[in-house]
Amino acid sequence: MTSCDFTEEPIKKIAIFGGTHGNELTGVFLVKHWLENGAEIQRTGLEVKPFITNPRAVEKCTRYIDCDLNRAFDLENLGKKVSEDLPYEVRRAQEINHLFGPKNSENSYDIIFDLHNTTSNMGCTLILEDSRNDFLIQMFHYIKTSLAPLPCYVYLIEHPSLKYATTRSIAKHPVGIEVGPQPQGVLRADILDQMRKMIKYALDFIHNFNEGKEFPPCSVEVYKIMDKVDYPRNESGEIAALIHPNLQAICMHTQVGEQLFWRSCGLMTLVYNGQIMVQNVPANTTCNMRIHSYMLAL
Amino acid sequence: MSWLPAPQEPLLRVAVAGGTHGNELCGVFLARHWLRCPEELKRPSFSAIPILANPEASAICRRYVHKDLNRSFTSTVLSSKATPDEPYEVTRARELNQWLGPKGSGQAFDFTLDLHNTTANMGACIITKANCSVFAMHMCRYLQLQSLELPCRVFLFQPSGETFSLDSVAKIGMALELGPQPQGVLRADRFSQMRALVASSLDFIELFNQGTAFPAFEMEVYKNFGEEDFPRTEAGDLAGVVHPQLQDRDFEPLQPGAPIFQLFSGEDVLYQGDRTMYPIFINEAAYYKTHKAFIKTEKIMTSVPALPPLPSALTHSL
Repeated sequence: MTSCDFTEEPIKKIAIFGGTHGNELTGVFLVKHWLENGAEIQRTGLEVKPFITNPRAVEKCTRYIDCDLNRAFDLENLGKKVSEDLPYEVRRAQEINHLFGPKNSENSYDIIFDLHNTTSNMGCTLILEDSRNDFLIQMFHYIKTSLAPLPCYVYLIEHPSLKYATTRSIAKHPVGIEVGPQPQGVLRADILDQMRKMIKYALDFIHNFNEGKEFPPCSVEVYKIMDKVDYPRNESGEIAALIHPNLQAICMHTQVGEQLFWRSCGLMTLVYNGQIMVQNVPANTTCNMRIHSYMLAL
Repeated sequence: MSWLPAPQEPLLRVAVAGGTHGNELCGVFLARHWLRCPEELKRPSFSAIPILANPEASAICRRYVHKDLNRSFTSTVLSSKATPDEPYEVTRARELNQWLGPKGSGQAFDFTLDLHNTTANMGACIITKANCSVFAMHMCRYLQLQSLELPCRVFLFQPSGETFSLDSVAKIGMALELGPQPQGVLRADRFSQMRALVASSLDFIELFNQGTAFPAFEMEVYKNFGEEDFPRTEAGDLAGVVHPQLQDRDFEPLQPGAPIFQLFSGEDVLYQGDRTMYPIFINEAAYYKTHKAFIKTEKIMTSVPALPPLPSALTHSL
């Protein structure tokens, strides 16, 4: 993916969201810390607002209360009549859209960083929603270069049916930051340090951009979503096989998925179609156990 | 250290419980599998019964519905009268006590193994109570020798009051704790390790039932003596994280003055104890609520006397 030269207005309004999933703790604690002491995220000329998006889920240290906030920002939900009967997260999405949007309008925030963790071995991952967003591609290139030799991957979720309506999508430039592996409900120092650095470099980039610094054309390798693959299940809908031990720790490596699922409980052996390339697999995240999927990306 | 005497009869009533915490998935999935296919738990002299200990919590993939089942086996809870709006786990604890116990009585099951996972880097850890039976110590030793892939340590747990865990209902009870594994996640490696350890524990019971003698030995064990909470703000929120030099170092020696926490503001918090300490359950997700960043243990070399052959061994029935 390459970016061309472009001119843009200076970036003014930035938000950093934590707690979109209440049990993904790095973002929760970074945002809480920055709400107390925001020195680290200040840059001249920028308004950077840290914000807890799902405080009730954070309070209970659970992914969500009624439904996934990070799937709730479609125009239908945002346009529903305000009512106590709506799921908590839909009401919350409307509030957030009012504060940081409205989605698709001139007044929405310029950039929103949404901080997430995963139980899978994805390292530092930046999530891109639109392959034509040259500004973000340049930013991601800057972050990757600054983090090196620590790997930092770019995951592109642009897809006609698999793209989802994220909390950050109300901004003009939505950025997903996903760091793992970290168990839900746990805060690891190494993961905290990595996410902190990603934000730092992102803000440095924006500051440099606003100061008029030139960024020559660059090119970034991305992992584009291709498909979601469910676990094999029995008649009751229970998981009937496990992610193969060979795949469990693999991420971002090209591999022909010969044996994707593993026999479990003596119930079945599954040999997946050998032609599929398997990369960027956030295997075994709890949400995937519930929504029956993990991602295959090409 | 002194040990309770070994059983004088074969162990025939044996149970293996999974899903005592509904989001510790090795046990949940093993229990569900064995409930469908119990052959794996059969041995010539006995069949172990599989139990899905907390089915409601397992169904929603949570540690518990109302309160921690594995803290509910106290005399107060077990002898309390049923009420319509009591916590689910109180009702369930009484049911399990009827089935596997009553706790402390002659009718209790001979042996119960309770399966758990932890987010801490504890490998395989067998948890048994501090003044346990010499039989339990020999089983620990046997499991240690069988566990080749994963380091297997023995944690002698001394509660501050009475025992409260599910495995305390049976005459002899132990817990198997395997980690690291995130809550709500099932790893193939942990799953097969847990399954193999359960198989070995049943093999050991079978050997004992057949009249095998086991020689005396010496073993390192870890005994708890305290806990340490996370640094917190006045409001009770976390003020820092487990230090990167401590993270994942379960069962490794920690010296006084070594860093244990890193505050969000950047400073290190150092260990204030006066002797070498072996921390375990470092950064266990479920313990954030109960204010435990890690459990402090001391490492002790202990002697265990021989386990003599059963006087009434079952060799003739095979």
